[in-house]
Amino acid sequence: MYEKEQDRVQAYLDGKMSRRELLRSMSALGVSAAAASTLIGLGSTRAFAAGFDAMQHQGTALKLLLNKHPYTDALLANLEAFKAMSGMEVTYDIFPEDVYFDKVTAALSSRSSEYDVFMTGAYMTWTYGPAGWITDLNEWIQDGDKTNPNYNWADMLAGLRASTAWNGIPGGALGSADAKQWCIPWGYELNNLSYNRNMFDQAGVSAPTNMGELLEVCAKLSTDVEGVYPIGVRGSRSWATIHPGFLSGYSNFGERDLTVGDDGTLSAAMNTDGSKAFHRDWVKMIQEYGPKNWSTYTWYQVGTDLGAGASAMIFDADILGYFMNGGGNKETGNIAYAPFAANPAADAPTPNVWIWSLSMSNFSQKKDAAWHFMQWATGVEHGLFGAQQMDFVNPVRQAVWDDSTFRARIDETYPGYLHQHDVSAPGAQIYFTAQPLFFDLTTEWAATLQKMVANEVPVDEGLDMLAESVNNQLADAGLG
Amino acid sequence: MRDAFRRRALPYLLSLPALLVCIGILIPFGTAIYYSLQRYRLNLPHLRKMNWGENYLKFLTDSEFWNTLQVSLAYTGLTVGLELLLGLGIALLLQRSTRFNNFVSILLLLPLMTAPALAALMWKLMTNPNFGILSYAASLVGFEDMKWASDPSTALLTVLLVDIWVYTPFMMILLLAGLRSLPRQPFEAAALDGVPRTFVFFRITLPMLTPYIITASLFRLLDSIQQFDIIYAMTQGGPGDTLMVFQVEAYLQFFQATNIGKSAALLLVLWVITFILSNLFVKQWLRLREQAQGAG
Repeated sequence: MYEKEQDRVQAYLDGKMSRRELLRSMSALGVSAAAASTLIGLGSTRAFAAGFDAMQHQGTALKLLLNKHPYTDALLANLEAFKAMSGMEVTYDIFPEDVYFDKVTAALSSRSSEYDVFMTGAYMTWTYGPAGWITDLNEWIQDGDKTNPNYNWADMLAGLRASTAWNGIPGGALGSADAKQWCIPWGYELNNLSYNRNMFDQAGVSAPTNMGELLEVCAKLSTDVEGVYPIGVRGSRSWATIHPGFLSGYSNFGERDLTVGDDGTLSAAMNTDGSKAFHRDWVKMIQEYGPKNWSTYTWYQVGTDLGAGASAMIFDADILGYFMNGGGNKETGNIAYAPFAANPAADAPTPNVWIWSLSMSNFSQKKDAAWHFMQWATGVEHGLFGAQQMDFVNPVRQAVWDDSTFRARIDETYPGYLHQHDVSAPGAQIYFTAQPLFFDLTTEWAATLQKMVANEVPVDEGLDMLAESVNNQLADAGLG
Repeated sequence: MRDAFRRRALPYLLSLPALLVCIGILIPFGTAIYYSLQRYRLNLPHLRKMNWGENYLKFLTDSEFWNTLQVSLAYTGLTVGLELLLGLGIALLLQRSTRFNNFVSILLLLPLMTAPALAALMWKLMTNPNFGILSYAASLVGFEDMKWASDPSTALLTVLLVDIWVYTPFMMILLLAGLRSLPRQPFEAAALDGVPRTFVFFRITLPMLTPYIITASLFRLLDSIQQFDIIYAMTQGGPGDTLMVFQVEAYLQFFQATNIGKSAALLLVLWVITFILSNLFVKQWLRLREQAQGAG
């Protein structure tokens, strides 16, 4: 890098220059915007390497298994910087989400050493961990020789660190003292409302703050805004229907999926009176105000309907609303965000979170080198690069959330986004009970929800049947 | 001496590739049987043990299994039956080898060239209540609130439509080939005698075409009872358990629940059903062939 460019990048990284000023000055020096981004990546990566032998794994080749996602785009945009810093070779396979986790399961269950590092969600580690497919990363985090002193593990949001650590005991509290760190948080999403400002203005309503208000606002939207349906939530026959808005609202009433007995046994908790009341509201909301083909809705349909102006709001991942406010969507610039506590008596929202994380394969032959890469990919410097230059939101590090450049950028383009996040973040965590039957039970929960919405079974009866089935499965697995 | 050895070894050498293929098939098959006799979940490795027939015995009292069996058989029966009727009808219409008929028969093959999963996604868009052209068409004839695959009462109909759209051309092309290869003499004699068309169809065409019908139906049956892609892409087996067929259930048990034992047992039950059905078909086909040879 030439000295002038280097000085400008450094000034930008130090916060002395805005991104716009940097790009303008780079342009004057004949550097394109894309090249400027690369230079920023190199500059920030240099900061990561300071005081640490960044070349200790020079010549080692790693292979990553990645899901097609904006986080992956941010990684690839900055990967050359890592290669230059470390002298390592990094290759990767990218799969769309529809088949991604099948590929991970196939690779790990066959004990293949092909992939060293892969993207995962915290829930998946409840399967991968007990199966012995992934490595407890505490060994590396706590090893001063292998971990960069600048890595600053404590800077990672505490709720996310805890949510990705589990002791492997079914029902064991996440983040307990004996927990194993199965993965490192990379980017995360919490669940709140994203809504279309124009449609809300047209109906003369403001963002609802609880479930009762939500149903009232939906009723007003359905009469005052033609050609759209009021609220989008997921509905496919999958565990992914349960974890976003549904569980966030459910948990806000203090309801749980399972209860852990004094003897450590698990039992279903979906058929309490409180749970039944919440389910009744949720089912009514979908039947009266949701999309007609709700039972086929994944995050994709929920998001694109908001972006295309087919729905007035969604109760789903905040980053889904974020992405729908850009990228050439019809409603770009019209999306706003609001925190949502379903329970009117609750002090604050309690969003369940989805955490895209990085895990290390237990079958990797290059674990030290893999950890070297993981430190960089989950470090502050790459986080800042992604947050400032790309769509690497929500960041998992406090240092990135505190970054004025990032906050200014979000505040300018995504009004209300920071507020919904900041209000909700203290209560944001995984509200599921960690246990190996997670996917079986939540998929059955989603199927039951589908039956309730289709009026195939009344809510109370459906939940009693679900609870009975869950208890049988837990007992069969020796957990109940 | 060497010649004698070669002569003796030749049959074995010639059958070696078939033997290797057979072994290649039997190894995973044997493994599946072995797994199906185990309590084997990847996420509960400490519980792994032989439980012999317990996975199968549990099916007897499992309402979900019986639902899966019922849905799989209903889906298979309806798709094969409807595709056979439609395919035969179209083949009869295109029976005469004219330039127009040949062009149309090629055109009708296009859906067969579409990957079923892609066809399912295409139909998913066409049946979208917000902008789907089929939803719009349904609204014009009074079905304003048609929910297609999202509603348990219409979900089966929707996936049947996709299957029929994709696979009817397969039936059509096999039956068309059969129709065009039938000997002309019986038809010419019937025409000379002034035999009514319905009599010709039921007493000459259909019996002579039966081996082709059985072959085409067998191919479709084997494929249909193992249906996965259309149903998974459209509803993942839902709404509820409305479309839960064997392959989807086995897939979910393996990849989502990592319950290898149950998944393998489900697939072996499917194999037994497929084996019985194909045996019935093949025996019927052989019987008809013998009849035809005897008559000849």
